[in-house]
Amino acid sequence: MNRKVVLIEDEPNIIEAIRFLLTREGWQVETHSDGTDALDVIRSAEPDLVILDLMLPGRSGMEILRDLREESALSALPVLMLTARGQMRDREMAEKAGVSRFMTKPFSNAEVIDAVRDLHAQASQS
Amino acid sequence: MARETLTGSRIRERRLMAGLRQAELARDVGISASYLNLIEHNRRRIGGKLLVNIAQVLGVEPSMLTEGAEAALVAALREAAADTGPTAAETDRADEFAGRFPGWAELLTATHRRVASLESAVQTLSDRLTHDPHLAASLHEVLSTAAAIRSTASILAETGELEPEWRDRFHRNLNQDSLRLAESSRALVTFLDESDGGADRRGVPQEEVDAFLQARDFYFSEIEEGTAKPADLVADAPELTSRAARALAEQALAQYAADAAALPLAQLTRALEVHGPDPVALARETGADLPAVFRRLACLPASVAGREIGLVVADMSGSILFRKPVSDFAIPRFGGSCPLWPLFTAFSRPLLPVRRRVSQVGHSAARFECLAVSWSLQPPEFDSDPLYHGAMLILPVSGDDAQAKAGQVVGSSCRVCSRTACSARREPSILSEEF
Repeated sequence: MNRKVVLIEDEPNIIEAIRFLLTREGWQVETHSDGTDALDVIRSAEPDLVILDLMLPGRSGMEILRDLREESALSALPVLMLTARGQMRDREMAEKAGVSRFMTKPFSNAEVIDAVRDLHAQASQS
Repeated sequence: MARETLTGSRIRERRLMAGLRQAELARDVGISASYLNLIEHNRRRIGGKLLVNIAQVLGVEPSMLTEGAEAALVAALREAAADTGPTAAETDRADEFAGRFPGWAELLTATHRRVASLESAVQTLSDRLTHDPHLAASLHEVLSTAAAIRSTASILAETGELEPEWRDRFHRNLNQDSLRLAESSRALVTFLDESDGGADRRGVPQEEVDAFLQARDFYFSEIEEGTAKPADLVADAPELTSRAARALAEQALAQYAADAAALPLAQLTRALEVHGPDPVALARETGADLPAVFRRLACLPASVAGREIGLVVADMSGSILFRKPVSDFAIPRFGGSCPLWPLFTAFSRPLLPVRRRVSQVGHSAARFECLAVSWSLQPPEFDSDPLYHGAMLILPVSGDDAQAKAGQVVGSSCRVCSRTACSARREPSILSEEF
């Protein structure tokens, strides 16, 4: 069965690059660019992992993450958060909200792939 | 200790200030030195005629000895103590301190007010950097685009067999993103280096003055025509909110008025028609000194200048005292500028004009003719080191002339300059480190 990742990101060329990379890794990639209904997209997709941008139109990644952690069905879902804001305050807020991994832009492809592999392996073991 | 019980301490303080010995004051008011000693150490109450006599000898009003320092001073001392937190000094003895050492108490409260004012300025600047939506949006745009480029470029470089359709798509994306990055990083550097005009940049006096001068396009017809004085124009400028900014603006306008008197606009306009913006020829023709010609050229109305003319004036420390921006030539707002600017070459040869063709790293391919000169602020004297100011006119070069000669490559400031192999570099660049 295909592993599925939902990528919530508003930068089209980052979406394209990550989709390409993860597809080659054997992931089924579903993408969405708007924060407003991102939670609905995640609920209906039932993914194994979420990659979530912090700054999104409509609703911030931080708000989406908090809501996600309050839903019992999604509370353990691995979430990799991407952000152009690498401030310590943002990292601490994301950790408090329950992020699984925090990555600042510009990241390398290897970092993204390694993080996705790690998070999926950890989730599979638990 | 209550304020009214400190009359003795105030007598002692005033006596010492007057340079009187205890025995002298005691003799003058008809009491023994030992009794005065007890009074001065607040062990004897004092009032009535004796108090009046002592005040008379000390040359102060009796109330100065009984009431001591103003209540406001004591309150200010308590406020200063409270602001330093729970480990503050003996706040219950503020009266005593103000009574015994009024000068030191004034100094302490003035210092406390100054600290509060500086903290407020720091807060303003910090807030601007942290919460400025334009800055946050620009940074987000640059970093997101850089992330897209990095990912796409890595895929192209590291993926052995890439289907032609994907390869073409990634090439397109790379091209789009590189254009976006060029635009957004340029906008960001411009934002960091120069005022965007509409933004609220109050908080630093020099910025208020810059905004004031820019709002008038650096031209003051009232001064040219002699219908207003610098102080009047400053008083009528609501954007000059701080006392320091008003003082700086008045100083700048006083220089403007002196230059306008030395080289009236009509005379300069006639000379310009013959010689163009050549400061040396204009100085020779009009008899005005070279620095005045530089400043007058930068403050010409657009209808006379017919072109952009930028100007930077700095002191020997490299601090920029005056800036008139010109398109595509970034002048740093804070910190040191590029030491390769001809302006700084001019400091090594005072009074000798320097001309250099330059272009700026990281900006457009625009070329500039930079004309610089430095001069001593005072007449020469033995046993006194001269203080120099320098000025650099920045004239954009256009047409075929711009293509002919690239000239020297200079930066804006090290922080936003991407030229790594530069012998003049003072500190690492944020461009090479983080983007």
